[in-house]
Amino acid sequence: MGILEIKGVNKRFGGLQALGDVNLSIAENTVHAIIGPNGAGKSTLLNVLVGKLIPDSGSVMFDGHSVLGRQPFEINQMGISRVFQTPEIFADLTVFENVMIPCFAKRDGAFRLHALGSVGHETDIHETAEAILEDVNMLEKRHMIASSLSRGDKRRLEMAMCLVQEPRLLLLDEPTAGMARADTNNTIDLLKEIKAKRDITMAIIEHDMHVVFSLAERITVLAQGTALVEDTPENIKGHPKVREAYLGEAQV
Amino acid sequence: MLGMNRKDTTLFIIVCLMVMLAPILLNPFPTESAFSQFNAGYPALLQRFVIFGILVIGFNILFGLTGYLSFGHAAFLGLGSFAAVWMFKLLSYNIVPAIVLSVVVSGLFAVVIGYVSLRRSGIYFSILTLAFAQMMYSIAYSDLVGKVLGFPITNGETGLQVYNNDPQFLLGDGPTTPHLFGWEMNGSFTWDIGGWSFVFHNGYYLAGLFMIASFYIAIRIFRSPFGLILRSIKSNQQRLNYIGVSTRPYMLTAFVISGMYAGLAGGLLAAMDPLTGAERMFWTASGEIVIMSILGGVGTLIGPILGAGVIKYMENIISTINDTVVHGWFSFMPDGLEDFVVAIVHPFIGKGWHLTLGLVFMVVVIFLPGGLVELGQRIGAKFSRKKPTDPASGATTPAE
Repeated sequence: MGILEIKGVNKRFGGLQALGDVNLSIAENTVHAIIGPNGAGKSTLLNVLVGKLIPDSGSVMFDGHSVLGRQPFEINQMGISRVFQTPEIFADLTVFENVMIPCFAKRDGAFRLHALGSVGHETDIHETAEAILEDVNMLEKRHMIASSLSRGDKRRLEMAMCLVQEPRLLLLDEPTAGMARADTNNTIDLLKEIKAKRDITMAIIEHDMHVVFSLAERITVLAQGTALVEDTPENIKGHPKVREAYLGEAQV
Repeated sequence: MLGMNRKDTTLFIIVCLMVMLAPILLNPFPTESAFSQFNAGYPALLQRFVIFGILVIGFNILFGLTGYLSFGHAAFLGLGSFAAVWMFKLLSYNIVPAIVLSVVVSGLFAVVIGYVSLRRSGIYFSILTLAFAQMMYSIAYSDLVGKVLGFPITNGETGLQVYNNDPQFLLGDGPTTPHLFGWEMNGSFTWDIGGWSFVFHNGYYLAGLFMIASFYIAIRIFRSPFGLILRSIKSNQQRLNYIGVSTRPYMLTAFVISGMYAGLAGGLLAAMDPLTGAERMFWTASGEIVIMSILGGVGTLIGPILGAGVIKYMENIISTINDTVVHGWFSFMPDGLEDFVVAIVHPFIGKGWHLTLGLVFMVVVIFLPGGLVELGQRIGAKFSRKKPTDPASGATTPAE
């Protein structure tokens, strides 16, 4: 029984069957990659997982509770954090403030009227935030405005914002899209470090095979809205169906 | 001090001193001097400074922190005034029930208007708040509620005021002007010294104390976790949703708090002068609040108060300058030239004060996007002979 269980999920946009009877199980503490050619339904699936889309049928259970019909903030409060394709951060705030906000959200829930408290006196939150910035090597940049960070640092910051909440499942939507090779490798190293330091389940949606095969312990291949095959990276590499559907003539 | 950091405490103390000493500080010219018309230290104007100060402090909690531009905030001001005058009519001239009711009524309306308007953001939110405010203005101006009930509620064009035959159940033989447990609002003490005459007015000091309290609460909100989340709403609502924060209740709370500030301001306006009319809710009044905030510096603590001060000063001082006065200034010039100069100055004074305000506003928006606060920071940086701080670090905290 995985931490995330997707059963028989269907989603139609007009005449297009974006997801057709997708079944997927992600085991706890694994790095699970979801790959597939353009239009395979990867983004649709991700949007279903985070509550942005509601499927026409099927079930999505996280740790025994359905996520369907819930708002993104409720799903986050259940323990799922999401990293976006382009880093979504609070650009006008400092790095430190960026990390403190998810700490407050984790501690205080979706809403709390702490209007007469003082951010400056929240020592516990400060310690947690400093620890995570230390972890991603950004402590010395804590007073910088987030918009002035480099792209790689923005990615690090976003990771820190998600990790500081100690999510049980981290969803990564093409975390290296549009990155130069060096940045991609840095991101891979960062994710490996993160995985080594804590128990966390990661679901990565990715195009870049280099990233996928560097990180993933399990791989699911989506094609034309269905989960074609799920296996270990070694087996996926040589799988004839995968070659046919996804890789075409290309070598891995 | 009082849970504020050092910088905020300094700012707070400066504001307290300014409020306390304003009747002296804003009266720099002797009564008989040619410049005495530039004196702003008279009660009617001082009251406006602090009451509109309260209004924009509250507006800034919404607009400055969350970036949601309410274009109908004057509706809450008007509601507060109507509620207060009704308390005078029904109970007595004691301002306590009047001010309590004005805050409560505005708060309740803000819950409803906010609940509906906050379903949209950006320009649509602004338009929704504008629509609500204009509807309320129309209802008040035509006294629709009063027509349904059969007796005046807002009293239409005439405006609402207290009449001798009003019930005033608790009046007894108490004062017949607004008072705080017998301490009359229009009482004052005049201090004549040298050529100067300083007026210390009860109503002004009461409103001033309310402004100081409002300012203190605003500082605390700005520095609280709640304030941080409001600022992050302005920055990236999507991210906030995906880290587990429900933005709607935060926005609604901010909207209601700022509506209650406006209600307090409305109640105080009525406490200074117990009559009101629908025009207080008109959209130009809402626009004025926006202009005050932007002129002073949106999202800064002190900026909106400065903006309110500058606009009220221009409205009350520049508008009183007429051609005769200007002739007096330039009488040293040869006749033809004098007339020419007066003709040039003419459109900008008296009724033309809006034109002057418009020009000032344009200059500020173009050259000082951070408002008057930015001007202050630049001057401060010049005098301290440090390198001017780069804009990024200037925006770190919405400090003064």
